Amino acid sequence: MNKKTSFNWLGAIQIGLIGGVVALLVSLIGMVEEFSQRDIISGVITMGQTLIVIAILMAGYFAASRAAGEAATMRAISGALAGLVASALLTGLVVIIPPLNLRSIFPNASPALINILTFNQETVVGILYLLITGAVVGTLGGLIDILPAQIRRSVVLALFWVGLLGLLQELIRVTLTNMPQVGAALKWMFGSRGLSIPGAVAVFIVVAGGNYLWAARGGQVQDRFRALPPTQRRASQWGGALVVIAVLLYLPRILGPYLSEVANIVGLFILAGLGLNIVVGFAGLLDLGYVAFYAIGAYVMGVLTTNAIGQNAGQIVFGPEFSFWQALPIAVGAAVLFGVLLGIPVLKMRGDYLAIVTLGFGEIIRILALSDFLKPYIGGSQGIVEVGQGEIGNFVFGTPQTLYYMIFAACLLAVFISWRLRDSRPGRAWKALREDEDVAQAMGINLVATKLLAFATGAAFSGLSGAIFASKVGSIYPHSFNLLFSINVLALIIIGGMGSLPGVFVGALILAGLPELLREFAEYRLLMYGALLIVMMLTRPEGFWPEATHRRELHEEFGAEGEPRAEIVKTPGGAR
Amino acid sequence: MAILELENVHSYYGHIHALKGVSLIVEEGEIVTLIGANGAGKSTTLKTISGLLRPREGHIRLNGEDLSAYKAHDIVSKGVVQVPEGRRVFGRLTVTENLEMGAYTRSNASETAQAVERVFHLFPRLKERHNQLAGTLSGGEQQMLATGRALMAYPKVLLLDEPSMGLAPVLVDSIFDTIKQLHREGTTILLVEQNARMALQIADRGYVLQTGQVVLNDSAQNLRQNETVQKAYLGIS
Ligand SMILES: Nc1ncnc2c1ncn2[C@@H]1O[C@H](COP(=O)(O)OP(=O)(O)OP(=O)(O)O)[C@@H](O)[C@H]1O
Ligand SMILES: [Mg+2]
Repeated sequence: MNKKTSFNWLGAIQIGLIGGVVALLVSLIGMVEEFSQRDIISGVITMGQTLIVIAILMAGYFAASRAAGEAATMRAISGALAGLVASALLTGLVVIIPPLNLRSIFPNASPALINILTFNQETVVGILYLLITGAVVGTLGGLIDILPAQIRRSVVLALFWVGLLGLLQELIRVTLTNMPQVGAALKWMFGSRGLSIPGAVAVFIVVAGGNYLWAARGGQVQDRFRALPPTQRRASQWGGALVVIAVLLYLPRILGPYLSEVANIVGLFILAGLGLNIVVGFAGLLDLGYVAFYAIGAYVMGVLTTNAIGQNAGQIVFGPEFSFWQALPIAVGAAVLFGVLLGIPVLKMRGDYLAIVTLGFGEIIRILALSDFLKPYIGGSQGIVEVGQGEIGNFVFGTPQTLYYMIFAACLLAVFISWRLRDSRPGRAWKALREDEDVAQAMGINLVATKLLAFATGAAFSGLSGAIFASKVGSIYPHSFNLLFSINVLALIIIGGMGSLPGVFVGALILAGLPELLREFAEYRLLMYGALLIVMMLTRPEGFWPEATHRRELHEEFGAEGEPRAEIVKTPGGAR
Repeated sequence: MAILELENVHSYYGHIHALKGVSLIVEEGEIVTLIGANGAGKSTTLKTISGLLRPREGHIRLNGEDLSAYKAHDIVSKGVVQVPEGRRVFGRLTVTENLEMGAYTRSNASETAQAVERVFHLFPRLKERHNQLAGTLSGGEQQMLATGRALMAYPKVLLLDEPSMGLAPVLVDSIFDTIKQLHREGTTILLVEQNARMALQIADRGYVLQTGQVVLNDSAQNLRQNETVQKAYLGIS
């Protein structure tokens, strides 16, 4: 057969259709319109348009890489074709919305959406623009595929950073006002609603250039670092850690109250995530009722410290009115106690069964909190108000900026404990347990003690997180402790990388931080989780910052005979 | 006094009566082999000794001390270590990490390093592959690793469950050489084998198990001459 006729037009069209369907979907569920209030690059492209551009760009890229082996022009044309097909689907949407009155089915198929899709032009001209843009973006996607691997990586990374800084520009500007000198120097980077054009170009050049140079030279730097004597290496690592801690300590000053509050929410998720990371990541015990310990920590803190007691003042009839610091260890202790109590009946369970039972336990706690039966003691659906605040001398942990330090200290403690446990005997026992419970037992590992220690430590961190949460918001209600919390925490450790300590931070920043920072995201939170998890399972199943063992499992670097087998994946930042 | 003694042991899996009164004795420094058809209860016997399964009746004694009060992990630290059937290695850990897991009951780092060296000496192949993931080892190498990992605890009594299963004849020979070597170093061994011919060559004594009961018990030499054994397990008619 002649090579020309074997060219895969159908493949390109198919991928274009997939890209088009994705673009249609984000349009019809309202994301495009919702996200259009924010520009990535001021006056050039909105966040909503970015979503569609990404869909078409990917279609172009995949269409071109499917035509691998063809000449570069053919690959670019495949990309263009896919882009054209994708935008044609959107055109179809523009055409059928008005006559079919689609709005009764899709409330988001609004005139505003049409305006966005047609660039605020008249229908015919707008459609033409849309098709041309689609083809051009598709071609660009194809061109990205044609680039040599290293340049491609740098370009994609740079595009990602432009997008990220554009997204976060509001926050960055707020932050910069707290640092006047730096702010003035960087003012040119931002336009009225997003990055300015020179700002975007600068970010692109700096990131792409930096990444390219690091790829070319970074190996040498790393080698030189490795060649250092161990004492110096350790010293520089500690030095790095100290610098990071110093910056983190100074952070609330720069961030201001609103961003400090966001940091606190992320911090509480990190704390809970570190706990669940021990249970699920280290010991491999899938716990879906993790919210229970968070709730117990919060409720114990609430009951012990509230002074809104009695019929008129509050909902509950009894409360010792302890101080925050008296109540804190009791709250953590109670969470640990329940951790062990839950652990005992599920000792013999594995995998799915364990997940179901723990799920039930989480629900039981929430329903108990709502029940009339316990209402006199924990407030039922009216919850507990006036939860106490921590104070040291005259220093009150009341504002976001002061609470930051308490949460920071708690996270630091939890990281330290996790890290020490991981590298010691219990850590080894958990690892063996996670890999193979029967063999672990045959190695002389005490399964009961090992499992209970995992449940207890996890519950302690979660209880601590819940207790601080209660004091932070000042009032607690049962609906704060639903299944979604457990799912959030589980998702954040999956996304960060199971069993990885830095992964918990990355996961919490993405899953708890982004929705707080960008109110548009909050509404599509669950959709984002789903999409993020699917994309991750396909491209980076080990998480964003995986633990060494887990990464090895998913990307085996050496086969049975010692030669490279599956592709070797390099992750930034190294192992652990 | 025998180092290991089973007296009228009955074990169950739920309602299934797997061991129906097994009695056997292993003297210090011996290799004793347990042979029998598939499903005779050989693995069950080992699991019951190592505490993974509780006997419902009867006694197991180590140096005269009744083990029934002890959990599986206590029994390991008393020096009875089992190599589970079917090469159960920790697939996602490296060879060295697997071995270190075997030394879990002894936490001393320098002792562990020494024990690793000893295993590498016994199985040079493992040394070549110390950084490889255990799951990517060949079947024979995994068997060596499972055995080596058990040796990390310096067992007084080593319980081996079909170490030759699925191995090429050359590797079978080398595994049996290693067993002999361990025996010379003073380890007491209870060996479960399908390969009755090899097992009876290196063992001092043997027990024949049939549907959960001991039907024969003699010196290895006599068992080799025994007609029923020859017919049923050695393939001589
Ligand atoms: N976990 C289990 N649950 C239920 N029955 C079991 C279990 N394990 C073993 N059995 C049964 O107990 C009996 C003895 O099994 P065992 O594994 O001890 O046999 P074996 O002598 O080791 O056989 P093989 O040579 O095939 O390994 C068999 O009938 C088997 O089906
Ligand atoms: Mg068996």
